[in-house]
Amino acid sequence: MAVFDLAQQPLRELNRTLHDLPEETNETHWKVTNPMGLHNIAVGLDRPITVEIDGHVGYYCAGMNQQAEVLVNGNCGQGVAENMMSGRVVVRGNASQSAGATAHGGLLVIEGDAAARCGISLKGGDIVVKGSVGHMSAFMAQAGRIVVCGDAGEYLGDSLYEARIYVRGKVSQLGADCVEKEMEAAHLEELRDLLSAAGVEADPADFRRYGSARNLYHFNVDKMDSY
Amino acid sequence: MKPVPPHLRRSSTFPPEVVAEIQRAAGTSIYDIRGGGAKRRIPDFDDLLFLGASMSRYPLEGYREACDTTVQLGTRFANKPIEIKIPVTIAGMSFGALSANAKEGLGRGASEVGTSTTTGDGGMTPEERGQSKILVYQYLPSRYGMNPNDLRKADAIEIVVGQGAKPGGGGMLLGQKISERVADMRTLPEGIDQRSACRHPDWTGPDDLAIKIQELREITDWEKPIYVKVGATRTYYDTALAVKAGADVIVVDGMQGGTAATQDVFIEHVGIPTLPAVRLAVEALQELDMHRKVQLIVSGGIKNGADVAKALALGADAASIGTAAMIAMGDNAPELDEEYRALGTAAGYYDDWHEGRDPAGISTQDPELEQRLDPVVAGHRLANYLRVMTLECQTLARACGKSHVHNLEPEDLVALTVEASAMAKVPLAGTSWIPGAGGY
Ligand SMILES: Cc1cc2nc3c(=O)[nH]c(=O)nc-3n(C[C@H](O)[C@H](O)[C@H](O)COP(=O)(O)O)c2cc1C
Repeated sequence: MAVFDLAQQPLRELNRTLHDLPEETNETHWKVTNPMGLHNIAVGLDRPITVEIDGHVGYYCAGMNQQAEVLVNGNCGQGVAENMMSGRVVVRGNASQSAGATAHGGLLVIEGDAAARCGISLKGGDIVVKGSVGHMSAFMAQAGRIVVCGDAGEYLGDSLYEARIYVRGKVSQLGADCVEKEMEAAHLEELRDLLSAAGVEADPADFRRYGSARNLYHFNVDKMDSY
Repeated sequence: MKPVPPHLRRSSTFPPEVVAEIQRAAGTSIYDIRGGGAKRRIPDFDDLLFLGASMSRYPLEGYREACDTTVQLGTRFANKPIEIKIPVTIAGMSFGALSANAKEGLGRGASEVGTSTTTGDGGMTPEERGQSKILVYQYLPSRYGMNPNDLRKADAIEIVVGQGAKPGGGGMLLGQKISERVADMRTLPEGIDQRSACRHPDWTGPDDLAIKIQELREITDWEKPIYVKVGATRTYYDTALAVKAGADVIVVDGMQGGTAATQDVFIEHVGIPTLPAVRLAVEALQELDMHRKVQLIVSGGIKNGADVAKALALGADAASIGTAAMIAMGDNAPELDEEYRALGTAAGYYDDWHEGRDPAGISTQDPELEQRLDPVVAGHRLANYLRVMTLECQTLARACGKSHVHNLEPEDLVALTVEASAMAKVPLAGTSWIPGAGGY
């Protein structure tokens, strides 16, 4: 396993090294030590490698990830795995706001809690949070799935498009145009798969499903109160 | 309507267009949405004049002595700055708002004269990348179609904070323009009214922006120039903060800047004109000793080479155009007048770009209408127009004795009106007076 010590080597060197790995690289497991809350660690990866980060990271860790697995043994700052395309990002601690923002693909697992705007503008990625999520989570989320094993803060799924949300705990308030929907067999199935992919032991039957009422899809003066 | 008898007095408070708008609002219960920019009269570059050469200033010979027009962009941090051959670029206009053929025409025209085009809300199309030698990729709040592969294919990245037509407003694309392809690129259901967010989802304020810029640089290995585009409002501070956040290039879009679809009330009542915005941005750059180190591109109502020359004289590095490029490609063409009339408008007035029924095939996603625009012909027309703008700009620069268009300076200018003088901080013609300067 290759080790990269951010106390000794600059961030630029780390990202450059990971970007320059050949397609068929044998160096598939990387350990990053002393992240010291630095921003933009392991961003723009596009190789099927595993990068394990020992400690807390700043903003945008694993941003725009493709193919790679990034494990954070610590907490994350804003925008972890933002705009991820594919691959897998696991946060062993808590994540700050906008976790998984605009992610188009891949799986983001947060073992602790996620702050406000988790999964904002999600575009097809999947997010599983073992703990709770803050306010405005899934705001304007377009596609993909968000699973919350704990509670969800205010305005969950505000202005939601086609993303699906599953919550086990309490939802303090649903946002505009977000409604509870029936949990059908296909949903239980997809939830089971997501939980198992995230390595979470939970019974899909304990969750409720939320989605878009699709009332705001066309501007309508009679819905003025919702705008 | 019959002609109005001459004894009827026109009200300045309630002229016919105001009366018509009240009647329209009363009948529909919805505000007016349209394309284009502010229509009201505001101080602009036409309110400035060049002094030209005189006893103490020597002109350059037209068509003989060189007057350089090349512009470098992104020299501050990017490993691969770009060079455009003329001081005019094509502003970001989305695929979605514009047809694929229109985007291709923009790429062809710009490439023919060695300048850049810009993507827009909705992502990068292969047609556009293929036809644009230099392509700027917009990073917008909606992040529609945003992906690292296109980011790496781009020649520069433009982080959009705002637009002159609607500073503080998001975008909208009405259902009739959300074709299957547009919907697919934006990950949205077909045919719905689509709103683009007005705030970025994962950063707020200049400190976050600095980290965001670093992220984009890290992802692209510090190759690409990074622009920050703002609508003209608090331009002095926005420019200073964008510089502090690490931008290579600042794009300032004045209130007359065009849009594909925005509420008329927003277009006409928010933001400041391009004229004072240029001066404010330049002052911020100079204050930070960053003038010409961080480049400045200005847009909003740029229509000819004189506008470009005046923007450069006030300190901009280049200008960019949206509306004028559409017109050059064939929008509002007089040959289409009858079809425009059928839509309740007329050639020269058509601005319902949000409706997707553009008979010129430019602001539409209708496959039949789009076919009317030949991207090769449209590209040539745009290139012709860009050449004329450049020649005009050079003519004015030579008249002022400048061997590079960037050597134009405020000292070459005077203002025709008190307002323009105060906003541009150049003296009122025939006086040494600049309102607001020197303690007046
Ligand atoms: C049809 C159309 C679409 C536009 N789309 C975008 C866009 O997607 N992103 C953006 O930053 N600006 C957009 N703009 C604004 C232009 O980038 C530019 O700021 C403006 O057109 C400049 O003013 P002008 O039209 O007077 O030249 C659009 C403008 C038009 C006319």
